[in-house]
Amino acid sequence: MDFRWDLIVEYAPFFAKGTLLTIGLSIAGIVIGTFLGLLIGLGKLMRNKLLALPFNWYINFFRGTPLMVQILLIHFAVVPPFLGTTNAIVAAIVALSLNSAAYIAEIFRAGIQSIDRGQMEAARSLGMTHVQAMKFVILPQAFKRMIPPLGNEFIVLIKDSSLAALIAAPELMYWGRAMQGQYYRAWEPYLTAAVIYLVLTLSLNFLLTRLERRMATE
Amino acid sequence: MIKVENLKKSFGLNEVLKDINVTVKPQEVVVVIGPSGSGKSTFLRCINMLESITGGHVYIEGIDLTDKKTDINKVRTEVGMVFQQFNLFPHKKVIENVMLAPMKVRKISAEEARAKGLALLRKVGLEEKAEAYPDSLSGGQKQRVAIARALAMEPNIMLFDEPTSALDPEMVGEVLEVMKQLAKEGMTMVVVTHEMGFAKEVGDRVLFMDGGLIVEENIPSELFDHPKEARTKAFLSKVL
Ligand SMILES: Nc1ncnc2c1ncn2[C@@H]1O[C@H](COP(=O)(O)OP(=O)(O)O)[C@@H](O)[C@H]1O
Ligand SMILES: [Mg+2]
Repeated sequence: MDFRWDLIVEYAPFFAKGTLLTIGLSIAGIVIGTFLGLLIGLGKLMRNKLLALPFNWYINFFRGTPLMVQILLIHFAVVPPFLGTTNAIVAAIVALSLNSAAYIAEIFRAGIQSIDRGQMEAARSLGMTHVQAMKFVILPQAFKRMIPPLGNEFIVLIKDSSLAALIAAPELMYWGRAMQGQYYRAWEPYLTAAVIYLVLTLSLNFLLTRLERRMATE
Repeated sequence: MIKVENLKKSFGLNEVLKDINVTVKPQEVVVVIGPSGSGKSTFLRCINMLESITGGHVYIEGIDLTDKKTDINKVRTEVGMVFQQFNLFPHKKVIENVMLAPMKVRKISAEEARAKGLALLRKVGLEEKAEAYPDSLSGGQKQRVAIARALAMEPNIMLFDEPTSALDPEMVGEVLEVMKQLAKEGMTMVVVTHEMGFAKEVGDRVLFMDGGLIVEENIPSELFDHPKEARTKAFLSKVL
């Protein structure tokens, strides 16, 4: 089999641009998702079951339906009324953020519930409000335990962002498909994309392992 | 002063406290004993509303905790609590454990909180551990820090729930010493403990609880040496 390195070189600038957008989409997804996920996770933990219900269903919906369906819905149905037109990058960011928020909400909930209830009781017995106890005692401890699963979610996001190619957001996978369409070749575009994804996820994994080790010795 | 009137507490259908009536006078040290599951912890936890109260009233300095208008956080600043499992904040240094609530609740400055915190750590003999993390301390040291942390809010009342039960025997003494000192300084205390020596030395009164009721109460020497109720006798014969 002849492997056309020259085609890869020709497409390199596009892969570079695509990689940047993949990184951008994933970072936007994890940052917005973390923020929303905290709110939704706290919402689900509310003692009033009626108030917790919408948060529960948010999580059910986004974890129980395919991301592909969510991306298409958001791109073609949700975003246009707001922007007056479709916008693939906006739709991709919204879909990835809302989707990861559901998973991150569960990470937060599990992290908060993993903290011994004696911690909350000690804080409250000192006169702290529920919010103060959360802020100064529970969440700082929970965050530490959330770092490994949050890192995992980040890796999942990098891979899942490839679905944005479906709505023509020009990220890595989009350019892979474009290259296939132009040259009718499969190995070169998709192996290149695979290697770049692998470099991204493995580097992130490496950073996370180091971070975890540093926190463990702290 | 603590006044408990017809206190009832149920968990679901399980009535854990049936009808508790107790008054603790200022500067009094009341020791609570009784078999496991008799409701001692629940009783203590109702005094600072860590458990919701099913029936009856608890008054702290005349304030009714069951009154919906009562600011429970404010009352809790007057009632310190020490737990069997210490419950120190593991992500904070010893001194930060002691400083946190005074700064966030009483809103005093960091410098003032640190100075007060160091003084309290000195009082419990742990000033040199101020910058250590709780994980590096022995059980006895942890419990002394927990006492200092509670005292930092300058409470009028201290509640102790089996403060030495989780400790290795050789560390029990150092914690009891701190508690005796507190009692001598006139702190109002309610202490769940089976340390009879402590009860006899500093206790003004002992309550024997069983099945969610106060079965017998008396001054320590009388209750331990001349128990009147059969259940008290049976319990004491097992413990002593
Ligand atoms: N949070 C709770 N939920 C349900 N039951 C509880 C709870 N806390 C305590 N109980 C029950 O209340 C009873 C008394 O418990 P407790 O006050 O801890 O007793 P003690 O401290 O004397 O050992 C026990 O039967 C226990 O199972
Ligand atoms: Mg108990």
